[in-house]
Amino acid sequence: MVMFWVAILAVSILLYVLLDGFDLGIGILFGLTRDETRRHAMLSAVAPIWDGNETWLIVAGVVLWGAFPVVYATLFSAFYLALLLMLAGLILRGVAFEYRYKTERLRWIWDGGFAGGSLVAAFIQGMTVGALVEGLPIVNGHYTGGEFGWFSSFAVLCGIGLCLGYTLLGACWLVKKSEGDVRETAYRLIPYLSVGLLVFLVIVFAYALAENLRVVHRWLERPYLFAFPSIGVVAAIMLAFSIRNRRDGPPFYMVALIFAAAFGTLAISFWPYMIPFSITIEEAAAPHSSLAFMFWGEGLFVFPLMLLYTVISYSVFRGKVRPTADHY
Amino acid sequence: MDLTALLLSRLQFAFTVSFHIIFPSFTIGLAAWLTVLEALHLWTGRPAYRQVFEFWLKIFGVAFGLGVVSGIVMAFQFGTNWSVLARMSGPIQGPLLSYETFTAFFLEASFFGILLFGRPRVPPWFYLFSTGMVALGTTLSAFWIMANNSWMQVPVGYVMENGAFVPDDWLKILFSPVLWVRFPHMLLASYITGAFCVAATGAWYVLRREFASEARIMLRMGLYFAAVLLPVQLFFGHLNGDYVHDYQPIKFAAIEGRWHTQQPASEVLIAIPDPEAETNHHQIAIPVLGSLIGSMSFTSKEVGLTDFPPQDRPPMIIPFYTFRIMVGCWLIMLLVAWTGSYLIYKERIEQTRLLLWLTFLSFPLPFIAILTGWYTAEVGRQPWTVYRVLRTADAMTPFLTARTALTSLVVFCVVYSFIFAFGTYYIHRLLRSGPAGLLVEPSAAAIPNRPMSVVDEHRLTPAVRRAAAGE
Repeated sequence: MVMFWVAILAVSILLYVLLDGFDLGIGILFGLTRDETRRHAMLSAVAPIWDGNETWLIVAGVVLWGAFPVVYATLFSAFYLALLLMLAGLILRGVAFEYRYKTERLRWIWDGGFAGGSLVAAFIQGMTVGALVEGLPIVNGHYTGGEFGWFSSFAVLCGIGLCLGYTLLGACWLVKKSEGDVRETAYRLIPYLSVGLLVFLVIVFAYALAENLRVVHRWLERPYLFAFPSIGVVAAIMLAFSIRNRRDGPPFYMVALIFAAAFGTLAISFWPYMIPFSITIEEAAAPHSSLAFMFWGEGLFVFPLMLLYTVISYSVFRGKVRPTADHY
Repeated sequence: MDLTALLLSRLQFAFTVSFHIIFPSFTIGLAAWLTVLEALHLWTGRPAYRQVFEFWLKIFGVAFGLGVVSGIVMAFQFGTNWSVLARMSGPIQGPLLSYETFTAFFLEASFFGILLFGRPRVPPWFYLFSTGMVALGTTLSAFWIMANNSWMQVPVGYVMENGAFVPDDWLKILFSPVLWVRFPHMLLASYITGAFCVAATGAWYVLRREFASEARIMLRMGLYFAAVLLPVQLFFGHLNGDYVHDYQPIKFAAIEGRWHTQQPASEVLIAIPDPEAETNHHQIAIPVLGSLIGSMSFTSKEVGLTDFPPQDRPPMIIPFYTFRIMVGCWLIMLLVAWTGSYLIYKERIEQTRLLLWLTFLSFPLPFIAILTGWYTAEVGRQPWTVYRVLRTADAMTPFLTARTALTSLVVFCVVYSFIFAFGTYYIHRLLRSGPAGLLVEPSAAAIPNRPMSVVDEHRLTPAVRRAAAGE
């Protein structure tokens, strides 16, 4: 039962990172151009699905609370100010989709909110992962780090890294969904973003070695973990080929695979800890009666439906976004 | 008063949840009313029903979007500010709220897309079905929220293990009698809110001599629904009073403004309570009625606040007044709805401008009643978060500083005011332009999950746009 909910949580977080990842990335790219046609094309590539993507964050949040209340309580209170910034960012970018088209004069406010909100949300998410890898100051199951206990140069580095990663994912989505100018620019950006991400990964690894982080020991103790980075490397090579051959579909899936590989690496190197290296999955799990109540209803029956809704939503809006057919 | 982290966290929760509740309470009622309209349209084939449906669907979209955005914050806030509560009650509150996300949010999102853009693609019966599904989604969401809150009001079906609430009987939690009187109370409140907003809009159009046939439907259906629902609400309100009387005697005494135990008890209609002196000034009270309301008896003894130690009493003034404001709103709405229904029956409503004005101006009343009703329930539960088990002061994140809490409170206030101002402006613009704006067909590329995209200005005809700009 505990493992079932670990799996659901993992799937929800991974889906969130992949799905909202690309639309946050497009939000960041959106800030890099001033051209209204391009901006509009970028928005159209995510407009039908971004809301559903973000719902996976809520799914992850409530599963965490119901199935692992200790982790929910500890992490959310520890990351207080970080989460506040992330929520403000997500709200501003969420309303921007609608509000920017209501005004010409004030559009710059909503556009700023869209790009800025996306950047802040991506950065915070990367930073929290970094802080978790480094290890939060937790004594006897209670967070002791204060307001900025999660803030460190390593966490900032990871924040920048995830911004790069999401932007890469977003650029690949644009290649997949759009045409013309936007697609060309995305193609040009992808090599730089990929190299940037690679450099970031090398720096992170070097930092982890230099600081002698506990995660590194895990990697050395569990050599089979290198299976995941190898998948990532294969995906990266295929990414390079598909970019060179200008094939619109594969890059997104390759980058998604790289993300999944990184996610798997992290998840297994944390194992069996849920908050590394202080609270284990077993310690964090809610009582059996809670997990069973969730399992026999939402877990067994509703969760597959949610996946189905997502698949349907994406298949309805498959294919390239045609600017001419748009309603603005 | 010191601005402690506790006070600031409570203010923040009160502010964000008050802001949030406005939108769901409106959309729950509106979704149900849209289902009725669509069924009427199918049944009678009258195009005006369709016209009214399309018009309110747009307004539904904006309110729904604001409800979603402000709801995300709620999912985080239990963990950030109330981590001790989150940890202790997570095994019960977590599963209840996860059921809300799983059963309601995805249902709403998928069928709402069909509602907005699927009419040309699905058969009429399926469109009606989708409308019903959205209404079901909003209702399920309300159910899980009420299940969660009712458990905090009257915790049942649990044992304490290792400092946490461990559920040992989910049936008790889901079939708590408290939940099954509070859920209908909230649902009715939402329906009345929808009915009054619709009636007020209809009255407004009649006063402005616009959209005559649509205004007629809105005014009639709104006032008729309200006239029927309001007495039912009184009945459920009374049942709510019964549960408070039986399970939360301190809250009951605070609402009643009863400081000292009485037998038989009188009913305080209005007074100026003085918590220092533990008495009421300028009190108007009716003898024996207090016993009758509390216990359906002429002789029962009813407890007063002074039977309980001061540290267990809620800040009495707030529930005392908010309850009376709620009941006052109910009374005014009842008068408006009954008089209005009578005039409609006599075919005189269009000429009675005073009543039209009253109906128009009464649209804030259901919202005020819902907010004050919630304040009565929630402030009256103090000083506990989980009634009689976990005090609010002990539920807060222990290391939260006043500075941090103040930062988040200010950020939420600024961001919410900002998006709220624009959101209400767009709803106002939609209401002003009226149902005629819908003569423009929805474009093929319009998309679900973007409810607010339907209010785009360019979709209105030029004449409507001029009207909207006040020319």
